[in-house]
This record gives sequence, structure tokens and C-alpha cells, in this order.
Amino acid sequence: MSNQKVASSLKDIDSVRTMIKRAKFNDHLFGTIGLLCITLILITLLILFVDLVVDGFPQLTNWDFYSNFPSRRAARAGLLSALVGSSLVMLVTFISAVPIGVGAAIYLEEYAPKNWFTEIIEVNVTNLAAVPSIIYGLLALGLFVYTFDFGNSILTAGLTLGLLILPIVIVATRESIRAIPVAIREAAYAVGATKGQVVGQHVVKYSAGGILTGVIIGMARAIGETAPVITIGALTFIAFLPEAPISTTPPFLNFEWLTSSFTVLPIQMFSWLSRPSSAFHVNAAAAGAIIILVTLLMNAVAIKMRYNIRKKIKWQ
Amino acid sequence: MNTATTVLESTQGTTISPRLAKNFRRNIKERLIEILLLLCALSAVFTTVAIVAILVYESFAFFEFVSIVDFLTDNQWTPLFEDAHYGIMPLVSGTLTISFVALAFAVPVGTIAAIYLSEFASHKTRETVKPILELLAGVPTIAFGYFALLLVTPLLQMVFPELPTFNMLGPGIVIGIMVVPYIASVSEDAMRAVPMSMREGSYAMGATRFQTAMRVVTPAAISGIIAAYILAISRAIGETMVVAIAAGQQPNLTFNPMDSAATITAYIVQVAMGDLPHGSIGYQSIFAAGLVLMLMTLFFNVLGHFTRKKFREAY
Repeated sequence: MSNQKVASSLKDIDSVRTMIKRAKFNDHLFGTIGLLCITLILITLLILFVDLVVDGFPQLTNWDFYSNFPSRRAARAGLLSALVGSSLVMLVTFISAVPIGVGAAIYLEEYAPKNWFTEIIEVNVTNLAAVPSIIYGLLALGLFVYTFDFGNSILTAGLTLGLLILPIVIVATRESIRAIPVAIREAAYAVGATKGQVVGQHVVKYSAGGILTGVIIGMARAIGETAPVITIGALTFIAFLPEAPISTTPPFLNFEWLTSSFTVLPIQMFSWLSRPSSAFHVNAAAAGAIIILVTLLMNAVAIKMRYNIRKKIKWQ
Repeated sequence: MNTATTVLESTQGTTISPRLAKNFRRNIKERLIEILLLLCALSAVFTTVAIVAILVYESFAFFEFVSIVDFLTDNQWTPLFEDAHYGIMPLVSGTLTISFVALAFAVPVGTIAAIYLSEFASHKTRETVKPILELLAGVPTIAFGYFALLLVTPLLQMVFPELPTFNMLGPGIVIGIMVVPYIASVSEDAMRAVPMSMREGSYAMGATRFQTAMRVVTPAAISGIIAAYILAISRAIGETMVVAIAAGQQPNLTFNPMDSAATITAYIVQVAMGDLPHGSIGYQSIFAAGLVLMLMTLFFNVLGHFTRKKFREAY
């Protein structure tokens, strides 16, 4: 009887041991698979970048590529009009999105009462962040191009991308405003500051770093965005530059460039990519390498900045 | 402030002291600032209203010409041909097939990556990988389009020689790669939100990390993880450039990923690249297609929103 008991418990221990062994094996197996998945993602990013640089290398190292207009011959085609177009569109985007985005965020964090009206605004901001970018293109086509009659101009493109990155700027600004302790505001009120002064001289000032990261991420998104700009009817073959915004003769500034037709980097890349000839694919790869380099750099700067802000600022 | 002002006014009669005048100016300035900021905030509401108004207005014009029954049941989409058909089904089938391929790739990879980052990885690994995931999420979609057409599809053609240059499999996988960081980071956030005590309880019973992850953490975070999948579907549906470049632009009523097909977004791009006159039926058709796209993404966004809300209430 007792012998049997011992034998069965020994058997139990054996089965427990194999169970533990199996569980440990599964644990290691999953650890390896997980690591593989992570590596796969990281390697994809690397391959994507390396592939573009390698394919576009002949054009990337060719200085004429940066100073030529588009051409029917792949080897002579260049990025000049796209570079200038992208810069000018980004200028409009920056000027339109940043003040409105920061203003909206300040309102929602500092002024808005807690009621259904504020709730509606908040739901709208969240929802806009999830609207596909091409829908913004359709909005701009109906509203800016035809209703306001801006045409397919730099102004239209800049405003469209401005609307697109508005939610990004709003969310980033709200987050960094929320991180400022109430004590800072109370101290300012205690010495007689008005609400406007508290916001202008303290809240905005201390959240500037966080706002900047949001703006950089938003602008990086806008630079690479293609679909909405195609939808408003950007041209792919632009062999001239818009009027320079700044001149040496009075009145020094002119705004004719706003109504000029234009092309931007991703559209230039798309147009080269849609051609069957592989010579143009080299140009597309070179343009892609430039776009990806710019956006990665901007995102990297923003992520690093955010990390530093989180680490450095300790309010108490 | 208001009561103080009235008292001062009644004692001093009609003359206003400099201090009061300053207060008055200050109050006006404060009100102006508030109104200005409110207008900024309202821009979000205006944008939404404008999107809906434009899509509905132009679609109305479209549906005066095309019956809704035809739109939903016809199995051809050829608005630009002589023999025009206006059935949205081929575009929807393309959109759904590509999204399905994307999710079939992204769900396993993204979930495993999230579980690994949340439960297995050391603090240092997590702090290094998460920013890189963010970087990957910031890569412009046009670059992924190049990737799909000139790298992934040729690689797939080595495995499936009969695969055409334009197909739905390549772009589907590439969109999957694009949404992996999204699924991984949202699911990882959901898993991080599971209280530590639940893990400790599981470890105390002798469970391994894998058992804890699968039987404790994942079930507890499941609604957050599902919300991540749903929001990823919405992204895949709205993705444009990868599909416009690498899937071909022929509307094709098929669910076979080896075929070429057009999605709603690819159709809009195709029309916009051409030169359609304002007010023509082709011009209006992109708004009708856009309305369908908007409704599809809205459905998944709302669904995802509520799923996630449920998970937030749990702890």
C-alpha cells in the first residue's frame, strides 16, 4: 500500500517536472519569437531606407538633380520645383496650423467650461485625427479650390495640410499644458495677473517645448503627405518657380507666390514612380530617400526633445 | 469684480477713475482673448461640418444621376467609360481585401511584439524600441508605396511566379507593416495598464512569464487590444498611396489578393490625377466614393472608441 503511494507520488513529481520543463520551454520559445518580431520591424525600417538610398544613389550624388526642373529625360530631371514648392507649402501650413492649433488647445485646457459644448469640440478633435487624409483632399477640392476659388495653388495645399495636422498640434499642446502644475497658475493669480496674462506669460511659456515637439511631428507628417495634395489637383510637371516671397525692392514682401501652381516632393516622386521606365524609378528612389531622411530626422528630433523634457522638468 | 465696479460707479457719479478705465480695458482685452481662443477651438467643429457638408452636397448631385440601388448592387464601377456603370461594390471589395491582408499580417506580428515589449523585454530594450516604433509610424506612405511596388512584389513573385506586377497581396502586406507599430504601441499601452498585482499573483502561483502573459495580462487587456485592431482596420481602409501605386487601378470585383484591383482611395487619386471638369459626373463620383470611405472609417473609429472606453472603465 505505502509502496504504491510513494510510486504514484514519484510519478506525479515526474509529470510536474515535465510540465515545468514544457512551460519553461514555451516561455523561451515565445521570448525568441517576440524578439524576432521586434527585429523584423526594425529591419524593415532599415531595409526601406537603405533600399531607397541604394536605388537612388546615382541621382542623390548628382548635384544637377537638386537644381534641375522636371524633364522628359530621366537623367536630366530634377527636384528644384518640388523642393521650392514643398518649402512654400510648409510655410503656409506652419502659419495656418500652429496659431489655431495652439489657440484651440489653450481654450480647451484653460478656458472651456465642462459642458456638452466643450464635449462636442473634444469629440470633433479626436474624430478629425482619425479621418483618412484623402478625405481632407476632397474637403479642400470642394471648399478651397471651387467654393473659395483659390485654385490648385500653394495657398490651397498649405491650408489643406494645415487642417490635416491641426489635431496633432492640438493634442500635443494639450498634453504639455496639462503637465504644468496648478500651483504655477495660482502663484501668478496671487500677484494679480489676469487669466490672459497667466496663459500668455506662464502656461504657453512653460509648455513651449512640448508644443514644439507636436509642431515638428505635425510638419513631418505634412511634408510626406501625398494623397490630399494630389486630390486638390497639384501638377506633376512644373518647370518654373513661383514669385519669390521676399524681394530687395520695396514693398519687400509679395504674396503672388500664394496663387502660383506648384508641385511638392511626394507628388514628384509619385509621378516618377508611375512611369513604366525604370530610369525614372531611380529619380523616384532618390526623391523618396530625401523625403524619408527629412521626416525621420524631424521625428527623431521631436522624440528626443520630448524625452529630454520629460526627464528634465520636475515641477516639485 | 462686477459688484466692486458698480459700487465705485455709484459713489463717484459719472466720472470714471483712471483705475476703473484701466480695469475696463483689461476686461475687454480678456474677453477678446477668450473669444479668439474659442474661435480657434471651433475650427475643429467647422472642419468636421465642412467635410460632411461637402461630401453630402456633391454626393446628392451624384445620386440625382445614379440611383442608390444601382450604386449598391451594380457589380461594375466604370464612371469614366462610355458605357458607364456606378456600382461601388468592386471598390469596396478591393478595399476590404487589402485591409484583410494587412490585418492578417499586422495582428499576429503586432500582438506578439506588444506582449514581448510589455512582459518580456527589459526596461532598456523597451525604452529603445518604442521610439523606433514611433519613427516607423512617421515614415511617409509614399515611401511604402515604392517599397511595395519595387521590393515586396518582386520578392513575392519569386514565391508565386504567376503573381501580376499590380496585385493586392504586396500592398496589403506593406500596409500591414505600416500598421504594426500602431497595433504594437496601442496594445502595449493596454497591457501596461493591467495592475502589477495581477501579474504578481500569477507569478506567486508559479506561472511563467508566458503563462502570465497569455492567461492573465492578455485577457485583462483584451478590449484595449481589440480596439487597437479595429483602429488599425480603419487606417488600412483609408490608406491611399501604397494602393494607388502598387495595386493597379482597375476596379475589380474580387476577394482574391493575387488579383489587381482598385480601392476607394485609389479611385479618388486616379480621377484627381486626370483633368475632370468641375461638376461633371466623374467629379461628383469621387465625392460619393469619399462618402462611402468616410462612413466605413467612421464606423470602425466609433466601434474602436467604445471598445477602448470599456477597457478604461475596467480598472
